[in-house]
Amino acid sequence: MTSILIKNGFVIDPVQGIRGDKMDIAINDGKIVKNLSNPDKTIDASGMVVMAGGVDIHSHVAGAKVNVGRTFRPEDKLQSTYAPYHGIRHMAGGTSVPTVFKTAYMYADMGYTTVIEAAMPPLYARHTHEEMRDTPIIDEAALPMFGNNWFVLDYLKRGEMDNAAAYIAWLLRSTKGYGIKCVNPGGTEAWAWGLNCLSIDDPVPYFDITPRQIVSGLMEVNEYLHLPHSLHLHSNNLGNPGNYTTTLDTLKLSEGIKPNNNFGREQVLHHTHIQFHSYGGTTWADFESKGKEVMDYINSHPAVTCDIGFVTLDETTTMTGDGPFEYHLNKLNHLKWANTDVELECGSGIVPYVYSKDVYVCGVQWSIGLEMALLAKDHMRCYLTTDHPNAGPFWRYPRIMKWLMSEKARNDVLATMKNEDKVRDRSTLGSIDRELTLYEIAQMTRAGPAKALGLGSSVGGLVPGMQADIAVYPYNPETESDPEKIEWAFSHAKYLIKSGEVILNDGEVVSNGNKKTYWVDVKTTPNRQVERDIDQTFVKYYTVNKNNYEVNEHEFMKNPCVVQIDAIQ
Amino acid sequence: MNTVTITIKKQPDLFLEADCFTPDALAGKKADEIAELPVFIGKTVEKIGDYFTVSGETGPTADETRLVFNGDFTKVKYIGARMSTGEVVLNGDADMYVGSWMSGGKITVNGSVGHFAATAMSGGELNITGNAGNYLGAAYRGDWRGMSKGKITVAGNVGSDCATFMTGGEIEIGGNVDVHVMTHADGGKVIIHGNAKSRLGGQATRGEIYLFGTVDVMMPGYVKAGETELTIGGTKAVFTIYDGDQGERHPTRKGLPIYAKLYLKK
Amino acid sequence: MSKRLTDIICPFCGTLCDDIEVEVSDDGKQILEVYNSCAIGSEKFLHAQSPDRITRPRMKQEDGSWKETTYEEAAKYTAKILCDAKKPLMYGWSSTSCEAQSTGHMIAEQVGGVLDNTATVCHGSTLIAMQDVGIPSCTLGEVKNRADRIIFWGCNPAHAHPRHMSRYSIYSRGYFTGKGSKSRKIIVVDPRPTDSASLADEYIQVEQGRDYELLSALRAALRGAQLPDKVSGVTKEKIYEIVDILKGGRFVVIFFGMGVTHSLGKNHNIDMAIALTADLNNYTKASIIAMRGHYNVTGSGQVLGWQFGFPFCVDLSRGFARYNPGETSSNDLLMRGEVDGCLVVGSDPGSHFPIASVKKIHDIPTVCIDPHTTPTTAVSTCHVPVAIVGIEVGGSCYRMDNVPIESRKVVDPPAGMLTDAEFLGLVLKEVNHIKGVAE
Repeated sequence: MTSILIKNGFVIDPVQGIRGDKMDIAINDGKIVKNLSNPDKTIDASGMVVMAGGVDIHSHVAGAKVNVGRTFRPEDKLQSTYAPYHGIRHMAGGTSVPTVFKTAYMYADMGYTTVIEAAMPPLYARHTHEEMRDTPIIDEAALPMFGNNWFVLDYLKRGEMDNAAAYIAWLLRSTKGYGIKCVNPGGTEAWAWGLNCLSIDDPVPYFDITPRQIVSGLMEVNEYLHLPHSLHLHSNNLGNPGNYTTTLDTLKLSEGIKPNNNFGREQVLHHTHIQFHSYGGTTWADFESKGKEVMDYINSHPAVTCDIGFVTLDETTTMTGDGPFEYHLNKLNHLKWANTDVELECGSGIVPYVYSKDVYVCGVQWSIGLEMALLAKDHMRCYLTTDHPNAGPFWRYPRIMKWLMSEKARNDVLATMKNEDKVRDRSTLGSIDRELTLYEIAQMTRAGPAKALGLGSSVGGLVPGMQADIAVYPYNPETESDPEKIEWAFSHAKYLIKSGEVILNDGEVVSNGNKKTYWVDVKTTPNRQVERDIDQTFVKYYTVNKNNYEVNEHEFMKNPCVVQIDAIQ
Repeated sequence: MNTVTITIKKQPDLFLEADCFTPDALAGKKADEIAELPVFIGKTVEKIGDYFTVSGETGPTADETRLVFNGDFTKVKYIGARMSTGEVVLNGDADMYVGSWMSGGKITVNGSVGHFAATAMSGGELNITGNAGNYLGAAYRGDWRGMSKGKITVAGNVGSDCATFMTGGEIEIGGNVDVHVMTHADGGKVIIHGNAKSRLGGQATRGEIYLFGTVDVMMPGYVKAGETELTIGGTKAVFTIYDGDQGERHPTRKGLPIYAKLYLKK
Repeated sequence: MSKRLTDIICPFCGTLCDDIEVEVSDDGKQILEVYNSCAIGSEKFLHAQSPDRITRPRMKQEDGSWKETTYEEAAKYTAKILCDAKKPLMYGWSSTSCEAQSTGHMIAEQVGGVLDNTATVCHGSTLIAMQDVGIPSCTLGEVKNRADRIIFWGCNPAHAHPRHMSRYSIYSRGYFTGKGSKSRKIIVVDPRPTDSASLADEYIQVEQGRDYELLSALRAALRGAQLPDKVSGVTKEKIYEIVDILKGGRFVVIFFGMGVTHSLGKNHNIDMAIALTADLNNYTKASIIAMRGHYNVTGSGQVLGWQFGFPFCVDLSRGFARYNPGETSSNDLLMRGEVDGCLVVGSDPGSHFPIASVKKIHDIPTVCIDPHTTPTTAVSTCHVPVAIVGIEVGGSCYRMDNVPIESRKVVDPPAGMLTDAEFLGLVLKEVNHIKGVAE
C-alpha cells in the first residue's frame, strides 16, 4: 500500500485536542503513523482543512424500505442530474433517495468514510447487506430493530434478562448486525393491528408490556452484552405536538444504568433524531419548540447522547420503522404511502414529504434542530444527522454546517420565510447568536459519533495507529469569511483517503475503495431454553425456515469486519 | 421573429432523440452551428446535420425564435421538450414527448404526435391538427404533479391516460378519447367533443370534464347533481352535472366537500 | 445410500417455498425424489435430470441448424453484439440469482443496454401503481399469523401458486389464527369460477374488464356513498355486504394477480385496489400483496432499484438511467423497432411476448442464456445453456413479499457447464476488453 504525507493543512482533531494547527499527517499501510520518510505520495494541503473521515451515526442508506423509497419514486430521479457513467465511476442518480453508487460518491464528496444504516429489519437483513456490499467506498454497519420483536417482548415482560441477552446475541450473529436499534417500542407491534403506543406506559396489545419496560430492558441487555454501541433509540410519539414529555420520560429511563464495555463508550442511551421528539403545543396550530427543555436534560446527563435530525427544507422521502407515524403523516399530506409489516419483528412506512419554508410548521421544525445543536454544551454527545432522508437528504450536511457556523446564514433563511414572525416566535433560535467552530463541527461529525459507536479507537480521529480515513477540504479558516464557502467546501472535499487508499484526488473519484462492514459477534452462556424457543417459533410462526434465516457472511458482505465480545457470565 | 427550418433528409435506422429541438437550445445559433449539434441514437452520438438540413436564422433569444420542422418525424423524439418560450411549427407527424415538460411558448403540429406529449406541461400552448397518443398532458411516472397550466388542443382522437394527475390548465379534444381521462386529477379541465369509452375522472378529487358525445361505462362514484346550460368551446348546450369520484377523499371548503365535476351533454 | 437434503428453496414461483427436501444419490449427482414441493416445483427439480439437456453453447448457422461452440467463443460473440448494437435490449433476469443480475447490470452500464425483467408482461403495472399511490403491505408471515379476511382478486393460486394457500393464506395456522381456515373468511373475485373460487366463502363474479369500477364502488361504499343498482355485474347489496365483511375483520389482505394487472386499465386497477386497502386502514388493518410469478422477478426489481433507482424498464443507453414504461418497456422497444440487439437471460419471451415482438427478436442478433431449450432459444442466434439456479448453484432470491432468501445448490450441473453468473462474468471481461476498460 502507498505511503502518503498530507502536508501543511489546518488539522482539526478533537480526539487529540488539535484545533487547526498547521501540521503534517502521515499514512502508511492503511494507518496513520507518527512520521514518514520518502512518502510515495505527498498532498499539499496548505490553506486547507484536514479532518478525520466523517462518521454518520444514523442514516437510512441500505435495505428494504430504502429501496422502496427509490423504486416507488421515479420522479425523485428527475429532481437532480443523473450523473453519467464515467471511467470507474458508476452512473449515479436519485435525489432524496440516491442509488447505492450515488450514496457512496456523495458521502465521499463530503469527506465521510463511515455510515451506520440505522434500521435493519432482521428478516430483510440479507437485503440490507446486499445493498451495503454494492455501496462502494464507505465502511458501514447496520442496526437490527428489536423494540417490537416477539421474543424480546416476551422475555422482557417476564424479566428474563439472560434469555433476552442470549436471543439478541443470536440475532446479531444471524443478521450480521452491529447493535440494538429500537424504533417506537411496542408501537409498531400495535400497528400490526392498526394501533400505536404514544406514551411509555401505553401497553402493547396482547403482549401486555409497556414501552417503559422495553426501553429499560434493552438498555440493561445492551450493557449485559458489553456491546460497542449503546441502545440506539427512536422513542414513542415521534413527530407529534407535545411529544417532548414522552421524550423526557424516556430519557429518564437511562438514569441509574452504567455503561459496561471495552470500547471507550460512555453513554447508555443514544436517542436519535431528537429534533422530531422535542415538540410542544397540543395541535399543529399551537405547535412550538421544546428543544431547550430536552437539550437541558441531555446537557446535564452524560450517559445520554443524541443526534439531531436537522430539517433541511427540501422535498424528501420519509422512511422509518415507525409504521403508524407514516400512516398519520400520509393523512396529513395525502401523497403516496408504502408500508411493510414484518412478521414477528417490526415494520416500516414510507411517504414523500415536502418541507416548505413557507409552511410555518416546517420552519419551526427547521428552527428546533438548529436551536438544539446551538444549545448543546458538549458536541461530543450531540451529532449532526438529518435522519437521512427523513428530515432531509444527507448531502445537505454542509449546508447545516453553514447554518450552525453562521448566524447570518440562519437569519438569511428566516428572512425568506412567509411566516417569519410566527416561526421566530415558536422557538428561541432567533435569540441565539452562537456560531459553532470547526472544532465543534468535527466533534459532531467525527470524534463524537465514532466514540458513541464504540469505534473511537480506530476511526473519527487522527491519532497514529488509527485507520487512515482522512478528508481534506478546500477551506481556509484563517482567511475565509463568507458562510457560503463553508457549504461549498464541505461538499467538495479535495482529497479523501479511506483506509490509506486515495479515493478522491483533486476532487475526482479515482477508486471505488475497499469498503468494509462491521458486525458484532457476542459469545453468551449456552442457553437451551432460548435455543428451543427459537426452533419452535420458526416452525410455528415464521414463513422461512430457521436454517434459511442466517446471513451468509461470505456471500453477502464485502470485507466483513467482526467485533468479537465475550459476555459469558 | 426569425425562423429556422429543419427538414428531415434521412430516416434514422433506430429512433433519434433530439433534446435540442427547442427555441431555448437553438436561439442565437447559426444554421451551420445547429447542424453540428448532437442528437442521439441509442448510445451513439450523431449530428443534426447527418439527418436534417437546417436553413434560416434563429433570433438572438428563444423568444424571437421560430422553429419549423418539415417531413416525417415519426422516428424523432423530444421535439419542443422543455421549451419555455418561442415557437415550434411541425409540418408532419412526430414521435414521443412533443412538448413534454414545456413551460411556455407555442407548438403547432400539422399532423399527429405519439405518446407522452406535453408530459407535466406547466405553461404555453400545444395545438395538434391530427391525433395524439397515450398519456397526453399526463404526469411523469410516480409524480403527483401533472399538467398544471397551459392549453392543449387536439383536433383528432386521443389515446388513453389523458390528463393523469392534472392540477390545472385545459385540454380540448375534437375527436374521441380512449379510457382513463383525468385519473387522479386535482384540478384542470378537459373538453371532449367526441365520445369517451370509460373511466372518466376515476379517483379525481377536483377538475372538470365536459363530454359532448357518449360514454360507454360511467364510473360508479359519480352522482347526479343537477343540470346547467353552458357555452363550452364555442358551443352552447345543456349538460347534466355529476359529482365525483365519491370513492376518493375530498378536500372541503366551508365544511362542504369539493368534487370533481363531470358534465355530460344532454 | 442416498442423502436427504433439507431446507431447500424451490426455484419456481414467487411463493419461494424454502422447506423442500430432496433425496440425492450417494455421489450427490442424481436427484432421486423431491418432498414437500407442489407438482410444478417437483417437476422443476426432476427435469434437471433430463438426459436431453443441452450442455454446451451453440450458434445458429445460416441454414438454421445449431453448431456447438465453447463458452469462451459464446462470450466473445455476446460481448460483440452488445457492443455493436446502438441500443441492445437485455431482458429477462427473473429466473436467475441476484448475483447474475448484478453482473448483467455492470455489462449493461458499459454497453448502454436497456434492462427489463418479466414484470414488463406481469406485475410491471403493479410497480407503476405503487409509484402512483404507494402500497400498504406486509410479509406473508403477517398473513399467516394475523389475517382473518383474505381476498384473491384476479388470481388463481390453486393453479399458479399451489402451496400459497397452505403455507400462508388459507389453511396456515399462526399465532392469532390458530384455527387455520376456520379463522378466515375467503373472498375470490374473478370473471371465471376458478378452482380457487371453489374454496371461497364468497365468490364475486365480476364482469370482464370492469375491476376498476368494482373496486371504486367498494371504496365509495366504504365512505357511505350511494351506488348504482349494479356495478360491474355485481349488485349494490352485495357490494355493501362485502364492505361489511371487510370492515368486520381484524386484518384484511388482498392478493391479486394477472387477472387485474393485464386486463383493461392495467396499473389503474392495481392503483384502485391499493387505494381501497389504504382506505380500509381507516377502519381496520389492511395490506395488499402482489402474486409475483417467477421466483426471482422481485429480486430483479430490487437489484435494479438499488443500483439504478427503477424496478424495471431501465434504459441506460445514454450513459445514465431513464425509465418510462410505454417507451422503455421490452415490447414497445421491440415492436417499434427501437433496439438492434438482444440478450435474454432466465426467461422465455418466445412463449410470453406477442408474436410481433418475437419476430423482432428473431430478426436481430439475440443471445439466450437459459438452462433449457425454449421457444426463445429457437429464435435466437446463440443459445448458452447454464446450470440451473436453485438446483445446481445457489444465489440470492426475493420472495413475492420482498423477503430475501438464499437459494441452495442441490446437485452438480453436468460436467463442464457454467452458471449464468460465471458466463456473464466472461462476457463482462470481453466487454471490458473491447471498451479498453481496466478491470
